[in-house]
Amino acid sequence: MLRYIAKRLLDLLPVILGITILVFLFLKLIPGNPAIVLLGPRATPDQIASLSKQLGLDQPLPLQYLAFISKLVRFDLGKSIISGIPIWQEIKTRFPATIELSVAAMLISMVLGIPAGIIAAVKKNGWVDNIAMSTSLLGVSMPVYWLGLLLIYLFAVNLHWLPPSGRLGINVDLQPITGFYILDSILTLNFRALGDVLAHLILPALTVGTIPLAILARITRSAMLEVLSQDYIRTARAKGLLERWVIMKHALKNALLPVVTIIGLQFGTLLSGAILTETIFSWPGIGSWIYNGILTRDYPVVQGGVVFVAIVFVLINLLVDISYAFLDPRIQYK
Amino acid sequence: MDSVSTPPVTQQSSLRKASQRFFKSISARIGLILTVLIIVLALLAPILRPYDPATARDFAARLQPPGAVHLLGTDGLGRDMLTLIWYGTRISLLVSVLSVGLGLITGTLMGLVAGYFRGWWETIIGWFTDILLAFPSILLAIAIASIDLNFPPLFTAVFNPDLLNVMIAVGIVQVPIFTRLTRSMVLSLREQGFVQTVRAFGAKPGRIIFLHILPSSLAPLVVQATLSIGTATLEAAGLGFLGLGAKPPTPELGTMLSDSFNNGYALSKSWTILFPGLMITLIVLAFNLLGDGLRDSLDPRSNR
Repeated sequence: MLRYIAKRLLDLLPVILGITILVFLFLKLIPGNPAIVLLGPRATPDQIASLSKQLGLDQPLPLQYLAFISKLVRFDLGKSIISGIPIWQEIKTRFPATIELSVAAMLISMVLGIPAGIIAAVKKNGWVDNIAMSTSLLGVSMPVYWLGLLLIYLFAVNLHWLPPSGRLGINVDLQPITGFYILDSILTLNFRALGDVLAHLILPALTVGTIPLAILARITRSAMLEVLSQDYIRTARAKGLLERWVIMKHALKNALLPVVTIIGLQFGTLLSGAILTETIFSWPGIGSWIYNGILTRDYPVVQGGVVFVAIVFVLINLLVDISYAFLDPRIQYK
Repeated sequence: MDSVSTPPVTQQSSLRKASQRFFKSISARIGLILTVLIIVLALLAPILRPYDPATARDFAARLQPPGAVHLLGTDGLGRDMLTLIWYGTRISLLVSVLSVGLGLITGTLMGLVAGYFRGWWETIIGWFTDILLAFPSILLAIAIASIDLNFPPLFTAVFNPDLLNVMIAVGIVQVPIFTRLTRSMVLSLREQGFVQTVRAFGAKPGRIIFLHILPSSLAPLVVQATLSIGTATLEAAGLGFLGLGAKPPTPELGTMLSDSFNNGYALSKSWTILFPGLMITLIVLAFNLLGDGLRDSLDPRSNR
């Protein structure tokens, strides 16, 4: 098993190398010299030339890339051109916001999606099945940021039930400890803040969770249908076991494998920052930060942010693969 | 051993069976009707236009709610929403169909080469595919769309350069999907009797790939392409929403949403976001229904 994990990690190295090369090249292709961005429109050519030299922009491309990589392995991602805040520090404060949103979204999608899928499979072609499958098809067909806007319109603007954006109300104090606001408010026994944090979380989490919810419901349904047609289910039923027992104990357990995979893959996608949804809800996570970096041509932010996100994405996918090997003894660790 | 190619009789009857299965499914029929309707409306837009979307502005009638004159209301420039959405559908379809075409052709070629020749080809193409798949798709599309490409004037005469950028971005995102799909099919097909027979007769690789392997892999590719048009429509609209697509006054559906959102009347004049978003959903839904229906009828094993 350890050898299998080690081999998979080694396989990742060329992919991660490729990611860094691609990100590096993308940024070279984006128009706009960062020295000009940094100095503003009234800079003289001399100033631009000297700053370009200082930033190493006059070096040949392979050398610039080597400099980028040698800093990257030391976790030195540079500073934001606009704010001057070190990239790594910004990631450390923003990533918890994205994790909190992703976990909440995944919880919503699992709690609703898996039971919906099970019921849909058991009562195949019944009304629950039809409604669940039509809704999930609608869920994957909608632009989620549009759904987010509609939710804001309904629950924040018209009904005033929930706040429209942000993570915490301006009149609520919270002592940050871990950066996870739910955890922080529980640790400091600040229940006013906890309520406020949860209220801010509901709409974005529902929005971000829509696609995983729809996909989970469909995958659970098809995995259950696959399992329910197997011989051992017929045997279990023939033994006279209660139908509920057959479904929950015999079928569900074996149907969970693809479901777990999808949960992992979707979680990886969410952790990489829901760029559009975070922008709509002004959620201070990784996604909205990278988007702002692109808009303001903040090279180090985009470079550091995208490399970070892609590596997280790849590592989560690796974890999913490994857990798959754990869960399914038929898979050979070769 | 089977003959060199599949006898036409069984091919025809299996196609007939597939179409019978397709038309038996209500959702597949709905998908087909919706898709045809959307395509026809998009094609007819310049002929039947009630107003010209770019120039017909009536500032006195800005942000009018839906009513008798403007069925779906007007936008912030006093333009008729129905006309804008009609043209927007045309633009969205054009972008998504062309970008899926780009992804389909490039990805399929890469998959054919990787699966047939194996060796270094497979290693390098596999590496490239893995890297592209390591990026969340919208992030990759944003990265590509923000590159300032210089197109030859021949292209920019036909298309808006902003739209070309979006097409290429969304198209590249689709490439690895088609590469993987094609490669896996080629890997199983190249070991099958009919391919080995033509190889034994001395057929050249190009002939084997394009005359024997590719036709046998068409069904899954068609299904994937149909479903990809849905995804591409969503991604193109997402880019438009982020300001990386068509610039106003070009009526693109995602741009219409961002126009309303950024100018601060998305929430007070709800029709300015409701209808464009609804249209995007309708387009994606149509292609998803059609794609699901095609998959279920062409591959009955997945039919559940």
